[in-house]
Formats: sequence, structure tokens, C-alpha cells
Amino acid sequence: MPIIEVDRLQKRYGDTVAVADVSFSIEEGEIFGILGPNGAGKTTTVEAIAGLREPDAGLIRVMGLDPFARREELRRVLGIQLQESQQPDKLEVGEALDLYASFYQSSADPDALLAALGLAGKRRSRFAKLSGGQKQRLSIALALIGNPQIAVLDELTTGLDPQARRDTWALIEGIRERGVTIVLVTHFMEEAERLADRVALIDQGRVVAVDTPAALTVSASPQQVIRFRPSVPIPHGLLDRIPEITSVRSERDQVVVSGTGDVLGAVVSVLARKGIVANQLRVEQANLEDAFVALTNHHSKED
Amino acid sequence: MSFITQAVDARGASRQHRSNAWRRLLSTEAKLLLREPMLIFWAVAFPLILTIAMGLAGDRHDKQLGGLSLVDVYVPISMAMVITILALTAVPVVLAGYREKGVLRRMSTTPMRPAALLAADAAVNISTMVVAVVVIAIVARLTFGVHLPTQGFGFVLTLVLTAGAMLSLGALVASLAPTTRIAQGLGTLLFFPMMFFAGLWVPRQQMSSGLRHMSDFTPLGAATAAIQNTMHGHWPGAAHLAVLAVYTIVLSFAASRLFRWE
Repeated sequence: MPIIEVDRLQKRYGDTVAVADVSFSIEEGEIFGILGPNGAGKTTTVEAIAGLREPDAGLIRVMGLDPFARREELRRVLGIQLQESQQPDKLEVGEALDLYASFYQSSADPDALLAALGLAGKRRSRFAKLSGGQKQRLSIALALIGNPQIAVLDELTTGLDPQARRDTWALIEGIRERGVTIVLVTHFMEEAERLADRVALIDQGRVVAVDTPAALTVSASPQQVIRFRPSVPIPHGLLDRIPEITSVRSERDQVVVSGTGDVLGAVVSVLARKGIVANQLRVEQANLEDAFVALTNHHSKED
Repeated sequence: MSFITQAVDARGASRQHRSNAWRRLLSTEAKLLLREPMLIFWAVAFPLILTIAMGLAGDRHDKQLGGLSLVDVYVPISMAMVITILALTAVPVVLAGYREKGVLRRMSTTPMRPAALLAADAAVNISTMVVAVVVIAIVARLTFGVHLPTQGFGFVLTLVLTAGAMLSLGALVASLAPTTRIAQGLGTLLFFPMMFFAGLWVPRQQMSSGLRHMSDFTPLGAATAAIQNTMHGHWPGAAHLAVLAVYTIVLSFAASRLFRWE
């Protein structure tokens, strides 16, 4: 049974439709990515899941409960990191954690959490003195201090430098290992690709696709491109006979092969049989970003 | 689901847990207030300094002041000033800041209600008012022989109504101000005319009768007059108490209607 179910969610603010039609379900222990451009309705969707907003239409169930009607209960088990939420300037990091820890029946160890987030030396630092990345990490710590069963992280690594971003990803993977279900809102494809078990692509308030990052990538763009420099010129017509290959061309001293399926294995084995070495072999695979562009373009044409 | 039964089981244990959370909230708000040295100076130290300065300037009875000494007149004014500075500068800045920074919204996602944060902030400010007012009364008594408010109940009632009216006004400022900066400006802007009618620059006893009549209908004019009465063992005038009560009711109603959490 899914831990979170969203069925035909709709939410508008005045004349603006924030969420037109969003459905998906999230399994317990999963990292579920919600991916989409700015203004796609991602934040509104997770705010409705967290019981912060009442849907205009549609049904949401979180652990079997209506999150808006039963928000009192939900708050004990769902931790959320809100976009652009700050703390008082003169509040110390340790004080913020101790305060939020006191709100929950059982809480995580603040020191362990600070250490895991690379804030161990910042316990006595005031909020205003923290860098953007440190503030963001404190916000993540506050989302996790109540030992939630579900953690909603909205734009988790926005504003972090690349190293801090990678450290945060490692932390999220650690939290998943404790069985926490994570809803990850992001517009970074790389983040979704690295962390998410499954991803919902949302565009203009609608779900465009829900699948694993790998499957989305393949379905949107099944072509793979292989480049290499052969040790000796390839006999004419050798590669044309491979069924997986759709095109072969030369670029300077490189051969560029496009194909589907296990085109790499087929090319390498044919070359090996002829004793040709493929130097500087590179496989260019479409990534989630390409898939996203392909899927959202497709969607807007349908409209 | 397991956490529903957890929630039911937790009801017994939750009382202890709630009181822990409250204690933590109060101590956090207290620390944050104490980290504002300028505010503490103007709200606590300055009114005391004003009392002492007036005591040094004149502790003799003066016919122009209706037979009171200068320090007699300035003790109620200083007390009103303590309440007003905290209520009109500390409270709106903190509340508008919490809204602007998303602190209230962030708290609404935890088991603690954001209203608890407002209550804790009010409690901390009220405690500071009590301490500062008591210190002024004691210093004035010990140093200059100013009467302690012998109509104790009337004195406490007056202070409660004054704090109620001013805190409601502070909350209303926080409700109306779109940003922290505007809340701060608006609070300061209100402070001067209110304190003028309390008699900070011209004591009520020296105001023209027309001006004094206007002062009677302002919260701090009524407050100062009522406190002055209690210092001579008299019950505060019913009209002054009524003025304070009406301000408290109207302003707190408006603030509770207009307050925005986000």
C-alpha cells in the first residue's frame, strides 16, 4: 500500500491554476522526485501533501489520512523543509535545533544531526552569521529533527556550492537507509537522477510522466551515440550490418555511431572480431534533462 | 496505521512533553529579547534613568504640578514608557519579522502551533514590563521617597489594561505592516504622540485643560492619570479605566481579525 497517494489534485489561487491535474503514488521508503520548471506546481503539490493547503479538488492520502483534515496527526510524522524559510537572526544553530526537538515526542540527536550535516562547529553560531549553504543545511536538520517517517524537501540544494550539494545528497541517501520516505522537489535534473528512485515530471500543473529516471531517459530518447577513434580504418560496410545501428558517420578521425538497445556491445564485439581497437570510446547517452525537454515539449504540443 | 495508535498512547505523555516545549519556547524568546541591547536600554534602562533624573531635578512639592513633585509626576510616565516601548517596538518588529522570515509558517508544520510563539513573545515582554515597572517603583521609593502605589489592586488592574491596549496596538501594527521595516517605523511613529499625551514632554498637570481633556481619551493619558491616582491610595477613575478597557477590546479584536500568519 502506498504511503502517499495523490489522485487528480487541483489547486488554484484566484484565477491562477497552480495545479491542474496531478496524480501519483509514493511507496514507503522511496525517494520520490518531483521535477519541473519554476511555476510548474511542484511546491503547491507538496504543500498539499504536507497539509498546509487544502485542495480544491482531488484526493490526497498520507499514511491513509487526509493530510489537511488530519494535519495535527500528520505533523508528528512528516518533516518539511520549506523553500525560503528562515530563523530569527540572533538565534543560535543549537538553540534552533533544541527548540524544534522539544516540539516532538521523540527527536533525533541534535549533535549527530549537526555532525552529519557538517554543522558540528556551528552550534553556537547565530543564524544571521551562517552562509547560504549553512542556512540551507540547518533547514534540512530542522526538517529531520522530529524523526519523521516522511520528509518533504523543497529545493533541497538550491544555493549550495557543488561540494555542499554532494555532501547533502550523501546525507539524504543515509536517511533513506533508515526507511524514511523522502519527497524531493527539485529543478536540478542531476539531483533527481542521483537520488530519486522514481520521478514525477510536472509541467504547467500536470504530471507529464512518472517513472524511474533511467526509464524516463530511455523512453524520451532511445538513441545512444557512440564515438571512438578506430586503431585502423574500419572496412566499408562492416558496421552497417549491425541491426542495432541506425546511422554511421565520420567526424575528422572519429567514427560516430547512433543506435538503440545494446548498440555498444554489438559494435565492440564486431570490432574485436576484426582486431580493431576503439580508442577514446565515449558513449553519449541522453540524460534526464534531455528527457525532460522532450517530454515537456511533447506535452505542450498536445495542449 | 501505527502512528494513530502512537498518537492515542502519547496523550498521557504529551502533557510533560508540551510543558517542555513551552519552557523551551519561553527561554528561547527570552534569550532573543536579551540579545537586543538597544531595546533593553530604551525600554528598561532609559525610563529608570528618566525617573532618577527627575528625582534629582526636583523632589519638592510644586504648586504648578498640583502639589506633586517632579519625580511623583514622572514615575507613572516612566512606567507607561516601559510598556509602550516594548509593546510598540519589540512586539511589532518580532512578529512582522517572524512572518517575513517564514518562522510562523515553518512552525505551523510542526506539532507546536505558531500561536504559541506569539504567546511566548507576549509573555516574555510582559515579564520584562513587570520587572522594569517594579524597579522604577522601588528606586523612586528608596531614593526619593515617592509613594508606592498603595491602591495595589487598582494599580495592577491599570497596568494590565495598559499593557493589554499597547500590546494589542503592537500586534495591530504587525498585522498591518507589510515588512519588518515598516512595522518598526510605524511603531516608532505611534510612540511619540502617545507619549506626548502621557505627559512625557509636558506633564498632564501643566497641560491646558483642552489638551488634558484630549489626553484623558488617549490610552497613555488615561494610564498615567490612573497610575497617579493609585500612588495616592485612590482607586483609578472609572472613566480612565473605561478608556483603557475600550482600547484593549477594540485593538485586540482588530489585531486578531487582521493578523496574517503568512
